[in-house]
Amino acid sequence: MKSAVVQLPGLNRDRDMIAALTKISGRAPITVWQTETEIPDVDLIVIPGGFSYGDYLRCGAIAARMPVMQAIKEKADQGVKVLGVCNGFQILVEAGMLPGALMRNSSLKFVCKEVKLEVVNAETDFTRAYEKGQVIRCPVAHHDGNYFVDSELLSSLEDNGQIVFRYAEGTNPNGSLSDIAGVMNRSGNVLGMMPHPENLIEAAHGGSDGRGIFASALDVVAATA
Amino acid sequence: MTIPNSIAITPELVASHGLKPDEYQRILDLIGREPTFTELGIFSAMWNEHCSYKSSKKWLRTLPTKGRRVIQGPGENAGVVDIDDGDCVVFKMESHNHPSYIEPYQGAATGVGGILRDVFTMGARPVAAMNALRFGAPDHPKTKHLVSGVVAGVGGYGNSFGVPTVGGEVEFDPRYNGNILVNAFAAGLARTDAIFYSKAEGLGLPVVYLGAKTGRDGVGGATMASAEFDESIEEKRPTVQVGDPFTEKCLLEACLELMGTGAVIAIQDMGAAGLTCSAVEMGAKGDLGIELDLDKVPVREDRMSAYEMMLSESQERMLMVLKPEKEEEAKAIFVKWGLDFAIVGKTTDDLRFRILHHGEEVANLPIKELGDEAPEYDRPWVQSNGRAPLPASQVAAPADYNEALLKLVGSPNQSSRRWVWEQYDTLIQGNSLQRPGGDAGVVRVETHPTKALAFSSDVTPRYVEADPFEGGKQAVAECWRNICATGAEPLAATDNLNFGNPEKPEIMGQLVGAIKGIGEACKALDFPIVSGNVSLYNETNGIAILPTPTIAGVGLLPDWQKMAKIGSAKEGDRLIMIGTDGSHLGSSIYLRDILDTIEGPPPEVDLAAERRNGEFVRSMIRNGQVTACHDISSGGLALALAEMAMASGKGMKVSLKEQRGPAHALFFGEDQARYVITVSSDLANFVQASAESAGVPFRLLGTVTGENLIVDDLLDVAIVDLVNANESWFPQFMA
Repeated sequence: MKSAVVQLPGLNRDRDMIAALTKISGRAPITVWQTETEIPDVDLIVIPGGFSYGDYLRCGAIAARMPVMQAIKEKADQGVKVLGVCNGFQILVEAGMLPGALMRNSSLKFVCKEVKLEVVNAETDFTRAYEKGQVIRCPVAHHDGNYFVDSELLSSLEDNGQIVFRYAEGTNPNGSLSDIAGVMNRSGNVLGMMPHPENLIEAAHGGSDGRGIFASALDVVAATA
Repeated sequence: MTIPNSIAITPELVASHGLKPDEYQRILDLIGREPTFTELGIFSAMWNEHCSYKSSKKWLRTLPTKGRRVIQGPGENAGVVDIDDGDCVVFKMESHNHPSYIEPYQGAATGVGGILRDVFTMGARPVAAMNALRFGAPDHPKTKHLVSGVVAGVGGYGNSFGVPTVGGEVEFDPRYNGNILVNAFAAGLARTDAIFYSKAEGLGLPVVYLGAKTGRDGVGGATMASAEFDESIEEKRPTVQVGDPFTEKCLLEACLELMGTGAVIAIQDMGAAGLTCSAVEMGAKGDLGIELDLDKVPVREDRMSAYEMMLSESQERMLMVLKPEKEEEAKAIFVKWGLDFAIVGKTTDDLRFRILHHGEEVANLPIKELGDEAPEYDRPWVQSNGRAPLPASQVAAPADYNEALLKLVGSPNQSSRRWVWEQYDTLIQGNSLQRPGGDAGVVRVETHPTKALAFSSDVTPRYVEADPFEGGKQAVAECWRNICATGAEPLAATDNLNFGNPEKPEIMGQLVGAIKGIGEACKALDFPIVSGNVSLYNETNGIAILPTPTIAGVGLLPDWQKMAKIGSAKEGDRLIMIGTDGSHLGSSIYLRDILDTIEGPPPEVDLAAERRNGEFVRSMIRNGQVTACHDISSGGLALALAEMAMASGKGMKVSLKEQRGPAHALFFGEDQARYVITVSSDLANFVQASAESAGVPFRLLGTVTGENLIVDDLLDVAIVDLVNANESWFPQFMA
């Protein structure tokens, strides 16, 4: 399975993501610069974390309007899998590819720590390696991860199985509504999540709970490192 | 509004530039005429304490700066140390004290930005950061505001730039009420055959300006940082720069990409005194003159004067000398990253520093003399009076050991710093093997299968105040020890010397004593100083900070799978103390925080014992015989055990029978060169026999077991209670 990592000025977990995809799939992802209007044929497009354009406007708002986003939208419409992590999630929300909004953390502070995630929906292209209800470890590192949707949309997300991850065991680090940590679009091929599974994939990271997301999306066995 | 270049140079104007009458006379002698206003600004920028090291240079020269692995010592943007396989680590620590007090968020943020730039200017990608922060008393009205702003600023810049913060210090003491300390460290990785320096080479070559535009922020910052504070401090706010981590991240990527093309001949970041300092440095080092045309400099504001442009400390800017044939290629890279690229001058053969503005020559100065002929002082100093010895028998024992230990772990200075470091991205880049909270931060070398680097920053200011020489030694020894405690071999260090006004002989005595102590310890431990920074005049209304020579060191782990951590002990492991029994309570935190008094000399550092014990512990770790390790420092054995127990969540049963002195000295004594290690029970005899044959003092302490920390019938505290006390102080304080 082939993958691509999008690079925008200010994104800074692109190297982490490239390393994770390379280690898990055995081949390096293609990198796509912000001004590109076409994306080569791949099975998975990843928008990594960071501070695109410094997050000086609303997080992800400027990135969402760059040429490459139109190309990503087209690919997503064709059914290509798209994963946005952290700033990537914020960008997908700002681009209208995922529902809801990501507000400033309720603590008003940046937070970097390990949390627990419940796999709410294990029947997705991104979570097949896990079991429903499984609780995994995963680090977070963000300033604006406080997920919000109105109550009507929340019930439709729940009804459609679009809530993929929830913070578990009281570890919600940012005040997200209903402990939501990751959501997908209606057709199930676009996932956004605040936590960083790419930083928990091997022994050096102290665990490999995050591997399953990439293994599922890349269709490789989620071997423990 | 433009300040004309022709304003009259009055004695008041000279004084307001921080130049003494004799220094001004030196300028007149040097150039043979009255300087222009812009020239006066340039001299003030080059000759202030911050840029010229005029009070400390004489003593800094005595520090050991060479070693088998040292590729570049002090004098460049950062030190460079060989870590085998063609890799090297590039690192430095620098203070941003004065600006952080005036404007904590931006002051701290730009401190981080400045040190990161120093590292990538040399061609290294930053891989780790640390911050040593010192604040006033917790109950001082400004402290919370400063903590909150500084921590947010450090995080705001480092997190956005994308470097993991893996260690540091946070301390409180009333002596920092009027002058906080923000010492920022950064380290990066480079290849030994691709290190970039600031020395310009080649005549008539383009001098290129890169990065962000020049604004009016930070004008006179370096001069401000070379003066004491008084009530007018709020007026200094405009001298603080404003940071833009996004531009810095782009600048990093653009610089590394450009360096890869072979276009860069010389590079210097614009830090303190901006364009002035960077241009003079490049020219003077290369024995070349520099001519700058300020009309070509990208500016953020209209009608800036030559004076303002030469003294602006706007951030995220670089100056380079490029190969002319690569100009277009270079420009394309900077345009791609959305950064300014402008040819602003050229190298010349006249050894003059010439500045043109609106077609007029506004400065024409001898470039070598600007840097080399800066005043240098042999300031008078007096040796600090030593404190009378304080035998442990004259120090009261605690009424209740449980209470005393709980009080210590929950005190402002010994409590958990989680509130702070959870605001820093400690994981980015995916290589953090040990995060804050242990002895040292450890980061693996991404391009190598097993190598890793360990980082620690240390100083015990109350020791330095009591005895500058021993305190200087101890700062180096503790840093070295913390690195050993992970199993790493300490390679080299950077020093950040924070002191009061050097014009006072007693303060100068602290500086001299500390430098002598640092030098002695660095020599004995083969731990050279490869970079550093001096911050003087940390005084407000005549009250100086505690003398604080921060030492940040780097160590190498050949195989990170054989690394020790503070919290990895297993049930049933044996606890062994390496080093002598605790006996020294002078200048201890037991005195300060439990008995509420400050007396006695600091513990002496026996550097031979330090080295022998450290090498023993390191060899045991590398043989895979140690399950957990922690150094013994402030708070002595009791605090070391408590910290290990809290980190592992496991209890300990310890016996100190056959004690060789008062129990409270055994518990809380801060004798140096000591560690606690845990080993599996079947190896305990072997490890003790090894210690015996290596001539290393040791004591079998007990066993890792249960849920309480128990020492004979003196102490019995639940680990959960220790953790609660330890974790609650900081969040409650900041709430």
